[in-house]
Amino acid sequence: MIEILSSSSLVTVQDLGRFGALGLGVSHSGAMDRLALMAGQILLEQSDQLAGIEIPIFPFKIKFHQPCRFVLTGADHQARLGDEMVWPWMVAEAGTGQVLTIERAESARWPASRVYLCVAGGIDVPLALGSRSTQLRGQFGGFCGRILQKGDQLPIGISTAMAKTVLKVGVVPPALSMPRLREGVVLIRVMRAAEYEAFTQASREALWASPWKITSQSDRYGYRLSGPTISPEHPLELRSHGIVPGVIQVPHGGQPIIQMRDAQPSGGYPKIATVIEADLWRLGQAPIGSSVYFVEVTWQEAVEALDEIESWLEEVRRMIALARFDSNGDVPS
Amino acid sequence: MSGDPLTHKPAISFLGTTALLLEAVGETSLPVQQKIWALSKEIVSWPEVLEAVSGMNNLMICFHRPPADPASFIQRLEDAWQAVEPLTVEGRTIVLPVVYGGEAGPHISDVMAHTGLTVDEIAEIHSAPLYPVYALGSHPGYCYLGGMDHRIATPRRKTPVLKIPGGAVSIGGFQTGVSASDGPSGWNTIGSTAMSFFDVSKNPPNLLQPGDMIRFTIERVVR
Repeated sequence: MIEILSSSSLVTVQDLGRFGALGLGVSHSGAMDRLALMAGQILLEQSDQLAGIEIPIFPFKIKFHQPCRFVLTGADHQARLGDEMVWPWMVAEAGTGQVLTIERAESARWPASRVYLCVAGGIDVPLALGSRSTQLRGQFGGFCGRILQKGDQLPIGISTAMAKTVLKVGVVPPALSMPRLREGVVLIRVMRAAEYEAFTQASREALWASPWKITSQSDRYGYRLSGPTISPEHPLELRSHGIVPGVIQVPHGGQPIIQMRDAQPSGGYPKIATVIEADLWRLGQAPIGSSVYFVEVTWQEAVEALDEIESWLEEVRRMIALARFDSNGDVPS
Repeated sequence: MSGDPLTHKPAISFLGTTALLLEAVGETSLPVQQKIWALSKEIVSWPEVLEAVSGMNNLMICFHRPPADPASFIQRLEDAWQAVEPLTVEGRTIVLPVVYGGEAGPHISDVMAHTGLTVDEIAEIHSAPLYPVYALGSHPGYCYLGGMDHRIATPRRKTPVLKIPGGAVSIGGFQTGVSASDGPSGWNTIGSTAMSFFDVSKNPPNLLQPGDMIRFTIERVVR
C-alpha cells in the first residue's frame, strides 16, 4: 500500500483507458502520455495494461507502506527516496516507511509537464467498465472516482515480475529520442477534419503558420488554445456527433480547443483538424503556457507514425529483456 | 429519390486514423436515426471496428487498427448503409419536471434574445413535444433528443462554459438535452430538473436507452 502525503489537485490513477463505452457517453480517459506509462510498466517487467499515477503538479510526496519496486517516467523532475536521489526513467526499490518526494526539475532537460509513477504489481484499484482509469465526470474508476487527496491509501497488486534483482538500465525518454520541433517549438502532426474547407482561407493558413499557445484553461478534458481567430465562411451549427481525443474544434469565438483524454465522446462545434494518435502523448506533455505548431500529414503518414511508436515500445521491451538475460542468465519469462 | 436521407449517399470523413464519421444528409429525422441504429448493430461485428457511436443522424466508427485501405472500407460502409432497414425500438417514457429560467436557467436570456420569445413561450414550446432519445453521449447518462421545435433553436455558445450543473436542461443549435453531471458545455442552459441518469454499478448503467422517450413538464417558470 502507498499513502499520498501531498494535498495536490489533479493527480489521478490512470491506465491506458476505457474502450468500448463511448456509446454510453463514457470517455476514454487514460494516461495523457501513454508512452511514459507503458515504458514504466515495461521497465518493471510487467503488463503495460496496469495502472499508475499521473502527476501534473509538484512537489508530490508519497509514503511506501510495504517494500516496493517503482519507476518514475514522463517529465524530467528531481526525486528523492528518503535522502537518496532517484533517477528518472530507471527502476528503484523502496523499503517500508520510505518517503518518495518528486519535485520540478530546476532546468528540465526536455519540456514536459506530467510524471508517471508506476509500481511493481500496479495500482490495484477495481476495474470499472474494463479500466482502472479515473472517470472524473462520471465519478467512477481510479481511486473512488476522484483525484487523489492527502491521506489516501492506494492498494498495490501482487507483483508477477520474476526478477530477483533491480535492473540497472534506464530508457531514453522519447521526447529526446524522437523529438519533433520547429524553431524549438513542439510540432504536432494533424490530419484535416470534416469542416476544414468550411473555414476561410486566411483561417486555414493561420492554422499552419501560427504558433498556438496552450492557455491556462487547459486540462485533461481539453487544451484551449490562443492564437489568430479562426472563422468559418458561414456560421456552422452541426448535429452532435462522436469525437475522439485529438479532434480540434473551433467554437464560434474562433479559438480552437483540442480534445484530450477525458474529452466528452461527442460534440457539435466545427472540426478543423485532428491530432494524430501517434502525437497525442507529445501534446499531453506540452506544458501550459507553451506553444505548438501544427503540420499536416496524410493517412499513410499517420499510420506510419503509429508504427514508429510501436517500434519504439518494442525496442524498449527488447532492451529490458536483454538486460534481464545479461543480469542473471535467465531466459526472460 | 436522390434527396431522400434514407437512401442518399452519406457524408464520410476521418477523425485522424482513430475513427471515421458517417453523416446522413438532409433533415434530422427518426427514420434516419433508426437506420443509424441498424447500421451500428451491423458493423460492430466487423473485425476493424472497435466500437460504433451513434450521434444525431450520424455514426462514429472507431477502429482497432486503422484500415490499410480506407477507400475499400468506405465502400463497404456505403453498401451497408444502403442495405440496412430502419430498426424500430419499443421504448419507455419518463417524465421530467423542469424549472425554467431564473438561477436554474442562466442562459435563457440568450435564447430569448435570439428567438424573440418570452420565458413562458420558451417553456411552453420546449415542454410540448415527446422527445425520442436518439443517442447517448457527451458524458455518462446524457441523452441526445430529437424533435425539438425549431422556433427555440439557438446557436451553441461562442465559448463553452467550464461548468454547468447536473440536471441542466439546455439548447444547442436545433437540439436539446439534460446534463447528467457537472461539467463543461457549449449549450445554453434554460432550466433544470432532478433525475439520476447513470449508475456504473448497474447493467446497463444508463437509465435511458436509444428509443426511449422523455416528456418535460413545467414545474415552475421563473420570470
